[in-house]
Amino acid sequence: MSPILGIWASQNYSRITSSYESIATVTVGSGGSSTINFTSISSDYTHLQLRVIARSDQSSVNQELAVTFNGVTSGYGRHYLRGNGTSASADARGYTDSAYYLPIVTGNSATSNNFGVIVLDILDYKDTNKFKTIRSLAGYDDNGSGQIYLNSTYFGSTNAISSMSITPFGGFNFVQYTHFALYGIKGA
Amino acid sequence: MTATYEKIATTTLGSSSSTVTFSSISGSYTDLIVIITAKTSAAADVYVRCNSDSGTNYSYTGLSGSGSAASSFRVSNTSNGMLLDNLGYADNNNNQVIIVQFNNYSNTTTYKTSIARSNNAATGVDALVGLWRSTSAINELTFRLNSTHTYSSGSTFTIYGIKSE
Repeated sequence: MSPILGIWASQNYSRITSSYESIATVTVGSGGSSTINFTSISSDYTHLQLRVIARSDQSSVNQELAVTFNGVTSGYGRHYLRGNGTSASADARGYTDSAYYLPIVTGNSATSNNFGVIVLDILDYKDTNKFKTIRSLAGYDDNGSGQIYLNSTYFGSTNAISSMSITPFGGFNFVQYTHFALYGIKGA
Repeated sequence: MTATYEKIATTTLGSSSSTVTFSSISGSYTDLIVIITAKTSAAADVYVRCNSDSGTNYSYTGLSGSGSAASSFRVSNTSNGMLLDNLGYADNNNNQVIIVQFNNYSNTTTYKTSIARSNNAATGVDALVGLWRSTSAINELTFRLNSTHTYSSGSTFTIYGIKSE
């Protein structure tokens, strides 16, 4: 790996840190998958990060996802700020949703090979004194359409998060090459 | 569990430069993250091209806040690259900060998407998603400005690799 530019003063290579660790990865195979599950999530960390590329078989350009924690199907809410290429908008849902409706990846009408991207942070996921706050940066561009979201979600439970489940909302399937990677971030 | 977040390289400019390129990027990671703190000779937007592709294979959708209003915009079929800022642009007053992520950059089956956040405390904040319509693994990233302006000495570019199990 070599940085190239006109002039540079310094470059440093390959410093490994141990505070960010891979917990589990799921890559969807040729048969597709209706649900991605992460179970028995270790409590060794302070925060979790989920990094995603995903596409569903729904016959639209985009696909909303539904995320639940610990098998709980109540007490979710969210606020978001969205850009759709022509205007910005903001919206909120109350604390009575049955899942965290996570925007937004590509559906089967998007250009072939085009997958949406999500980076999702679950903060203080094992703290039993707090309700949980999750934030995400997510979106897709399809060369003529696209959306980008800044999202904050509330999960009204003081239980430590030990499992999470992600499905394409509406009963659809993730297609092949969809990739979910869960990481743990350690505190001091 | 494995240690999996690695700094690959840092470039700090010793003098002005119109572009910064990370080349021969290893394919051994799952995702890439680049953090930029940039100052430029004059107000300019930052783009990234992949693998020296100068074709019209890029597009992007953005969301910006100016301090008084939010807005969204899109550009398709451009050769400039994937845009990494808008109102949080680089200039010669406030250091701009960009964090841009390339998930699954090394696979050869999907198009590549960048997702970025940029800030300039004096001008605005942005979130942008960009598409490079290529299934090639990303092995080179070139950060460039949309004009004849240049990055100033002291601008810093750091690339990290994240490796999943």
